Amino acid sequence: MSILRLLTGLLLLLSLSLPAGVYAQSSDSEASALLQALADSSYAQKQQVISDIVSSGDERARTWLEAYADGKLAQTKDTGAFVFVLSNRGRDWTVADALSGDTIGEMSRRNIDRIRINNALRKELEGMLSVIDLTVDDADTRLAAARALKGEVDAALAERIGTLLDTEADDDVHDALTEALAIYQVAQGEVAAVAVLSGSLNPQARVALNNAAQSDNPELAAAAAKALESIQTKLKINSAAETLYFGLSLGSVLVLAAIGLAITFGVMGVINMAHGELIMLGAYTTWGMQQLFPGQPGLALILSIPAGFLVAALAGIAIERTVIQHLKGRPLETLLATFGVSLILQQLVRTVISPLNRSVVTPEWMSGSLMINEALSLTLNRLYVIGFALVVFAGLMLIMRKTRLGLEVRAVTQNRAMARSMGIKATRVDILTFGLGSGVAGLAGVALSQITNVGPNLGQSYIIDSFMVVVFGGVGNLWGTLVAGLSLGTINQILEPWAGAVLAKIVVLVFIILFIQKRPRGLFPQKGRAAEG
Amino acid sequence: MVSSNLNTSKPWLLRPFNERSTQLFLGILFGALALVTILHLAFPEGHALHVSAYTVTLLGKYLCYALLAVAVDLVWGFLGILSLGHGAFFALGGYAMGMYLMRQIGDRGVYGDPVLPDFMVFLNWQELPWFWHGFDMAWFAFIMVLLAPGLLALIFGFLAFRSRVTGVYLSIITQALTFALMLAFFRNEMGFGGNNGLTDFKDILGFDLRSDATRLGLFIATGIALAIGYVVCRGIVLSKLGRVSVACRDAEARTRFIGYRVERVQLFVFVVSAMLAGVAGALYVPQVGIINPSEFSPLFSIEVVVWVALGGRATLYGAVIGALLVNYAKTVFTGIMPDAWLFALGGLFVLVTVLLPKGIAGLLQRRKAPEDSAQAAGQEVTA
Amino acid sequence: MTIKKHVKTGLSALALSISLNALAAEDPIKVGILHSLSGTMAISESTLKDTLLMLIEKQNAEGGVLGRQLEPVVVDPASNWPLFAEKARELLAKEEVDVIFGNWTSVSRKSVLPVVEELNGLLFYPVQYEGEESSENVFYTGAAPNQQAIPAVDYLMNEIGVERWVLAGTDYVYPRTTNKILETYLKSHGVAEEDIMINYTPFGHSNWQSIVADIKAFGSEGKKTAVVSTINGDANVPFYRELGNQGIDASDIPVVAFSVGEQELSGIDTAPLVGHLAAWNYFMSVEGDANYEFIDAWVDYTGNEEAVTNDPMEAHFIGFNMWVDAVEKAGTADVDAVKDAIIGVTVPNLTGGYATMMPNHHITKPVLIGEIQDNGQFEVVWETPSTVAGDAWSDFLPGSMDLISDWRKPLACGNYNVVTHSCGGAEEPAE
Repeated sequence: MSILRLLTGLLLLLSLSLPAGVYAQSSDSEASALLQALADSSYAQKQQVISDIVSSGDERARTWLEAYADGKLAQTKDTGAFVFVLSNRGRDWTVADALSGDTIGEMSRRNIDRIRINNALRKELEGMLSVIDLTVDDADTRLAAARALKGEVDAALAERIGTLLDTEADDDVHDALTEALAIYQVAQGEVAAVAVLSGSLNPQARVALNNAAQSDNPELAAAAAKALESIQTKLKINSAAETLYFGLSLGSVLVLAAIGLAITFGVMGVINMAHGELIMLGAYTTWGMQQLFPGQPGLALILSIPAGFLVAALAGIAIERTVIQHLKGRPLETLLATFGVSLILQQLVRTVISPLNRSVVTPEWMSGSLMINEALSLTLNRLYVIGFALVVFAGLMLIMRKTRLGLEVRAVTQNRAMARSMGIKATRVDILTFGLGSGVAGLAGVALSQITNVGPNLGQSYIIDSFMVVVFGGVGNLWGTLVAGLSLGTINQILEPWAGAVLAKIVVLVFIILFIQKRPRGLFPQKGRAAEG
Repeated sequence: MVSSNLNTSKPWLLRPFNERSTQLFLGILFGALALVTILHLAFPEGHALHVSAYTVTLLGKYLCYALLAVAVDLVWGFLGILSLGHGAFFALGGYAMGMYLMRQIGDRGVYGDPVLPDFMVFLNWQELPWFWHGFDMAWFAFIMVLLAPGLLALIFGFLAFRSRVTGVYLSIITQALTFALMLAFFRNEMGFGGNNGLTDFKDILGFDLRSDATRLGLFIATGIALAIGYVVCRGIVLSKLGRVSVACRDAEARTRFIGYRVERVQLFVFVVSAMLAGVAGALYVPQVGIINPSEFSPLFSIEVVVWVALGGRATLYGAVIGALLVNYAKTVFTGIMPDAWLFALGGLFVLVTVLLPKGIAGLLQRRKAPEDSAQAAGQEVTA
Repeated sequence: MTIKKHVKTGLSALALSISLNALAAEDPIKVGILHSLSGTMAISESTLKDTLLMLIEKQNAEGGVLGRQLEPVVVDPASNWPLFAEKARELLAKEEVDVIFGNWTSVSRKSVLPVVEELNGLLFYPVQYEGEESSENVFYTGAAPNQQAIPAVDYLMNEIGVERWVLAGTDYVYPRTTNKILETYLKSHGVAEEDIMINYTPFGHSNWQSIVADIKAFGSEGKKTAVVSTINGDANVPFYRELGNQGIDASDIPVVAFSVGEQELSGIDTAPLVGHLAAWNYFMSVEGDANYEFIDAWVDYTGNEEAVTNDPMEAHFIGFNMWVDAVEKAGTADVDAVKDAIIGVTVPNLTGGYATMMPNHHITKPVLIGEIQDNGQFEVVWETPSTVAGDAWSDFLPGSMDLISDWRKPLACGNYNVVTHSCGGAEEPAE
């Protein structure tokens, strides 16, 4: 945190906190000159220009700087006018006048010269904005700003924080500011401040304590070492919780990918090698929905849930009608035919859509993470996927246990001939079961589109893992699939930190091989006559 | 499938020669070998009947695949074990051969190191890992071609068959096996060249791998290996052990109750099959010039099963037909319709499975005695 | 009897078609295109095939080369490495092409290399790679490590002040070699062992949670930290997503990637990536008439207003033009003549400068560092003052620091050892 940044920030703060109207707009020519200086200067000089812009007191300063930080401030080559870039896709961009704010319309990107910014400058700008944010009304904004200041405090800012602390009403913000200040004080050698940092999970606090523990002052070093010790224990607990979360998250992905297979493979005995491609169809449906509803990724995602289910279910039913029904009583051959289907579907996507990956946007409410404490945050997209997996699982259990269809499916699985003689239309049950399993694969695709690539190879990367999960859990048992998926995911994540990603996976595979020796029919073997199929 | 003129007093390996189908198969195989050799040698390049070295090598590759398919058919068709991991044995044989070929490069690598292969030099390996020792000697490498896959099959089979893992569970753990090996061989720390695998071979047994004569030699050797593999498999099938194994396939529990040690039969056949796959892999590597972990890929193993199903399961010659046909189709399609060949291949798999349940061999058999086909259908192995 | 018939007709048909093709008209110059159109690499390679078809179409419209038309021969090696060797053989022996443009992965190049050398073909390889190779028959138009990795690290060290390094890569030969080189380079610049973290993941790795958590912990020790990423293709999307979600943005821990270009970004939600870096020799956003013309041609050719161009496409553009110049200079498409003629050939690149083919079969390139923008483009933040010549043998690896490559006569050696004065590994040692 440089003095310059603080000063600039304070000036900006001043300019914004004054009643409207006091600061008139500077003339357009003055404004242009300022922006021209920003465009022409080198990165090293730009800091000075930024503070000039702020001290000009122009009320548009903040808009300019925000646009600049976003990389949206530009200059046209032909007229030298300054513009905001509103849309920057393709060869023609939509722009607005930076001085008046009026939309100008489309312009060739080649006529547009963006005013360059790099990470260092962006960070400076963000720092200025966070100093301003310390005094806004919204407590959440203040909290975020206060947190951002940890490890960034210098002498001038420390003084200012000291005065802010007297008036700060919100406890969380107060604590965060105190800690930010304490980090600075510990670095300055104040022993008393160590107590504030004791037990803090903030990495910057840890850095400050680590440095203090090496200090020449024995009193400070001892206090810091003690504080560090208490932090270490807390960190261990948090990292264990984090590993568990990672495991559950990986596990829920495995469960989602495998559970559709558990139905078609486990219940119907069809080895569906095209299962991965049905997942892929679900993911592409999400992409398609986002194309239909541009700018509303959240809505598109929610609509994709039924749409993805339907698309995959219909594709599954089509496969069942055209291929699988001709292979009755030859389940292993379904493996071969559906392998062919999977090749066709993959190439179809490559030919019709593109061999390239498609970009699926993550909605705002699924980005970022849920902060439990400063050492443990749960990534939101994965949290949603865990929840989604559990909901899908519960829904399936409900269908299988509580509905007529579920009853019929179970009857046909256990004894096809007997079920038919009881009046169950086995063909209809086959179609619906296969449709259900495929539809669930589509749902998995919708979820996976938020985690990984949407491309023609998506399905292939999950098919083998899915088979492992179903077999490990015990064919024909949905609970088995759930437990198997979650436990394999967790084992993998526990192993990963010390074995590395590849070795962890190998160990899990060897574990499955050995486990099957112990329990040749998986975790939850099917009982009764159906097991001897 | 038991021929009526079977003479059980002969040693088991000679019995297949009494069989008409084996005679026919060997006749065609050696006929084709001779024909290709003559066409290659007798006609000058550019002549309409000349078979180029490119084609000879291509055919050699197909024959390797055919041998692998025969090995898969032995366990799937006659033992009822659907192995989705035979690519692992194939690749292990290939790696054993590849290691021998790497050591033969000697100091002709780009860094001129007399002992270390190039990839070890630039990744700073200081000395040869222990498992690379001995591969400079051909006899050792050739033994390892059989031993490495055989040993793996022995250990894996011993565990699996003892625990009576069957059906789809067995299929999936064979898949896990090859998948785990693929990941392991991808790791550069393993000392097998990682993703780049082993390549840039110079010569085999002193013959230059780039010369057309060596190519032809390898092609003929592969043909002979296929003939021997076929006869061995046929011999096993016709022996008492073979009949027990068919019994295992059709009714494992009943066979066990009669008093046969089912797991021993399974283990023996499985190990033989793995060794044949290893030989196929070993012959494959010098002809294509590279061995890399992608041969361990589970999808490759599934594809091999598709060849067998396409040709006709439990016939052995069907496996050969399937392997040749699919791979020939692949070569042609990837050349003439590069954007759409997967449609053709995928469509072929679907149509043949749906329309020709007994594969192409089923079509051929339809003209023969009807009781044969009834038996060939066998019983499906499911959970 | 049917089997016999089948096999026989199959064989003779095969033989016949091969020999007939060999006899076919010699008139056009045949250009082989060896890029995967299916399988895992189709994602990257299929656009390179289209780039070449576009270049060939344009060249033909301008009258071809030496008055002869160019005839593209496209085959699909299907991301299968042995198939690459087979298809290269098919192109050279059966189709008798005069030049091949192709390959993306190192392993596919290694697989093709012996075939191209044996049949004396020409191969133009357009992708950045690990170096440590120089073949008489291969021209490397992509970047060697000194044309991408080292300048990028220089930038981070000198301009950003990075002191702690994470070298993260997919486990294959390019990241392994690059990281080995960088490790030596960093240590020679005083970076301590404990300030370097090296991590490898398998292809297509999608579960980055714990690795990103490790990086986060590694970067919170108070020193400025950066990630040098040689993570390949498909693994990148989940990696950047996880970075964004765990709250690591470019101003905390910048990631500089060597395998993420415009085409990869077109399949990614770029929001979490803004400000991260990439090092290439070309960016689509570079301003200049040559680049505008190329982009316009590409958009017209694909008919897609949002089609993007990228670095390997520029490499093919340069390689193709160099080959055309060399053929015209030599007056023939004969491989040996072109091989000699092409050394020293200079053609304009797309970033406003020139590329020259060096005697070691690598070319000169500018090195650009770009920051990722929210529209999937890069903004150049730094570039080398002049072009850098590709170095086949790295100076930072113990095995190769004494080797040089010079294919001009009389040396004509790809791995000449300047200490022992011998051409190592060649058939005839120099002693």
